[in-house]
Amino acid sequence: MKNPTRSRAPLIFLAATLCMAALGGCAYAPPQAWEKGNLAKPAMTMGGDPLDQRFAQHIYASKENASGGYGVGGGGCGCN
Amino acid sequence: MTLKSWRKLLLCTTIFSTAILLTPLSLVANALDVGSIAPEITLPGVKEPISLNNFKGKVVYIDFWASWCGPCKQSFPFMNALQTKYKAQGLEIIAVNVDANSADATAFLTKVPANFSIALDSKGDTPKRYKVKAMPSSYLIGRDGKVIAVHQGFKAEDQPELEKRIAQALLIK
Repeated sequence: MKNPTRSRAPLIFLAATLCMAALGGCAYAPPQAWEKGNLAKPAMTMGGDPLDQRFAQHIYASKENASGGYGVGGGGCGCN
Repeated sequence: MTLKSWRKLLLCTTIFSTAILLTPLSLVANALDVGSIAPEITLPGVKEPISLNNFKGKVVYIDFWASWCGPCKQSFPFMNALQTKYKAQGLEIIAVNVDANSADATAFLTKVPANFSIALDSKGDTPKRYKVKAMPSSYLIGRDGKVIAVHQGFKAEDQPELEKRIAQALLIK
C-alpha cells in the first residue's frame, strides 16, 4: 500500500515552485527613460483633469456628505 | 504519475523560475563611457536623413528629446543659440526625437522652432545604444568621434557649464 503523505510531497513542492515563478512577473524591468511618453500624459497624474476632479468632489459632497478637504470650503446651506 | 517523473517536472520548474527571476539583472547597464567612440546614428530626419558619419571632423552635440518632456522644451532656445553662435567654428547639433509617434515631434516643432538637425527615432534603438538614463540627455562628441561629456536633464543653471565644454571642445583641432 502507498504512503499518502509521501505521494503528496512532490505536489506541494511543485505548487511552491510555481508560486515562486509567478513572483518573477513582479520583477520585470521598468520602462526606459525614452519610453515614458504615456506616463507623462496629464491623465496619469492625480487631478490631471480639473473638470473630472470637480465632478468627483461633487459626488462626494452630495452622496457622502463630505465636502471640503480639497482646498474648497464647505457651503453650509445644505443644498448640494 | 510516478515519483521519478514528478522530480523531473520539479527540476524543470525550478530552472524555469530561476531564469525568470534573474531576467531583470541582465537588463541593468551603465551609461555610455566618456572617451568611448560614439555609436553611429543613421535615422530619418524632419528635413533630410541624418547620419553621424556626415559630421566627421566636427564637434557634435547629440541631444535626446521628446515632445512630452518639459525640460526638453526649455533646452530648445539654448540649443538654437548654440548652433547660431558656434556653427562657424564647427559645431553641429543633432536632436534625436524619441517620441513613439513621430507626428507628435513635428507638431511640437511648429510651436517650438529649431535651427539644428532633428532626427526621428520612434523605435528607441538609438537611445538604447547610447544608454540614455534620463530625458533629456546630451552627449558632446569631439572632432575625433569620441564622447567628451554626458549630461542628464536640463536646468537653466546648467547652461554656462554646457557652453564652456562645447567652447573647449571646439578649440581642439
